[in-house]
Amino acid sequence: MKFMIVGKGGAETEAGTLPSQEVVDSMHAYNEALAKAGVLLAAEGLYPSSQGAQIAYSGGKATVIDGPFAEAKELIAGFWLIQVKSREEAIEWAMRVPVPPGSDGIGLDVWRVFDASDVPDDSLPADEREREQALRERLGVDTPGT
Amino acid sequence: MASDADDQPPARRGAETHRAIEAVWRIEAARLIAGLARLVRDVGLAEELAQDALVAALEQWPESGVPRNPGAWLMTVSKRRAIDLIRRNERLERNLIELGHRLGTEEDLPQVDEIEDDLLRLVFTACHPTLSMDARVALTLRVLGGLTTDEIARAFLVPESTAAQRIVRAKRTLADRKIPFEVPQAAELSARLESVLEVIYLIFNEGYSATAGDDWMRPALCEDALRLGRVLAGLMPEEPEVHGLVALMEIQASRSAARVSPSGEPVLLLDQDRARWDRLLIHRGLTALERAEKLGDGAPGPYTLQAAIAACHARALDPEDTDWAGIASLYEALAKLSRSPIVELNRAVALSMAYGPAVGLQLLDQIAGEPSLKDYHLLPSVRGDLLFKLGRREEARTEFERAADMTRNARERALLQERATACREAG
Repeated sequence: MKFMIVGKGGAETEAGTLPSQEVVDSMHAYNEALAKAGVLLAAEGLYPSSQGAQIAYSGGKATVIDGPFAEAKELIAGFWLIQVKSREEAIEWAMRVPVPPGSDGIGLDVWRVFDASDVPDDSLPADEREREQALRERLGVDTPGT
Repeated sequence: MASDADDQPPARRGAETHRAIEAVWRIEAARLIAGLARLVRDVGLAEELAQDALVAALEQWPESGVPRNPGAWLMTVSKRRAIDLIRRNERLERNLIELGHRLGTEEDLPQVDEIEDDLLRLVFTACHPTLSMDARVALTLRVLGGLTTDEIARAFLVPESTAAQRIVRAKRTLADRKIPFEVPQAAELSARLESVLEVIYLIFNEGYSATAGDDWMRPALCEDALRLGRVLAGLMPEEPEVHGLVALMEIQASRSAARVSPSGEPVLLLDQDRARWDRLLIHRGLTALERAEKLGDGAPGPYTLQAAIAACHARALDPEDTDWAGIASLYEALAKLSRSPIVELNRAVALSMAYGPAVGLQLLDQIAGEPSLKDYHLLPSVRGDLLFKLGRREEARTEFERAADMTRNARERALLQERATACREAG
């Protein structure tokens, strides 16, 4: 299953202040650990919201609101997309994010990413399960062009 | 003495910690076992020691909380257990002095680079050709994937006792035959690496062919295999075929959601809704393929070639845009490495798509007599399709009927019979 670990932004990330070399290094080591464990799918850092925009809807009409946005604590500064076995594993990895000392408040969100192939089996009715069985037999051999 | 995490009845108040411990295990098991195996020079014993530490964690962490560095905690406890065990276990008596010395002088946790080397040693030991394929797969999932015996059993549709036995026997074989805990030397490396890649790809295919089986453990095997492949790519960044295998698995996995219709029927590649392909996995696959091709220096291995074929499909936003000529020549290169009738059959399909049905048919006629394809319904099925396209309806009908008789799949039989009937009507 896939999870997105979202790093929350704040006054500093909004100001575009670059983190200390120490933080950069530990972040790099963390990303490396994720990659070496085979769980990292993608990781990106985000620019301050002044470089982005929000789209608001009212009565079916869209309005573009240019950044920066007012509520800094609702902003995000970066994310990791990981593929792990369980929600607990995602949380365990999130706990290992090297958050600089002195950071207060909610620093990270862990979101489960919807995956179209994540459909649980017990959601299948009996006749579909039967079809499933046939499918499995059929896919047991590689068919041309699959 | 060894026991699975899930064999322990979880304390009610500790249920949450229990799940957290499982997560820690998933992350730490391979490195822990690898580090221990270097200390005790025995993969089986290392795995048992690691399991013991896991049991200790299950006992203590619900009370004390998960420690700040759970990996180091587990390693320290395992080492302590190792010393206890040496005192009790005659099997190790002759190694006692050497082992005691090592345990006494090593740092609590081996250095990071050392752990990387240990992990690689663990990969090669778990996939050692002296073990049966079943044993290699079970042991790899256990010591590198951190899967429990129960999970392995469910994934391979065998009783738990069978899975447990495979692991026990694998560990005993390694010990009895004194298989060294090491990365093979250059001369032996490529053959041994082949076994490692084979194990990982077999695990992947076991999950991929199940797609969405009764038990969720089976499709999850694809993720296990991908994870192992990505780990291996990190450990052996200079080996082109490792990246080739990762590329192949990433691209194949990108199609998971599109391979089955909402009603549960298989959807063949050309009929798949390409919007449902996972673009991120495709991107990762193409990147890995590029790396494999660059490292391979113009002589791609079988996994890289298969990945390149998969990439031709992945790059085509529309099935019409498929580079069939490219696919045909990749199949030709693949056939040169390991000629197989299945590869030829696939090549015939590609040739017919690129240069017309007559060209494909010509190749099919060359392999028609292959004994290994005697009962393979796709041969007459493909042949029927090409004959149909050439307007040779009567011959096509015979082929479709033959294919219908050969397939064991009721749905497919119905489809082939329909096509046979259509030949008659059209003719």
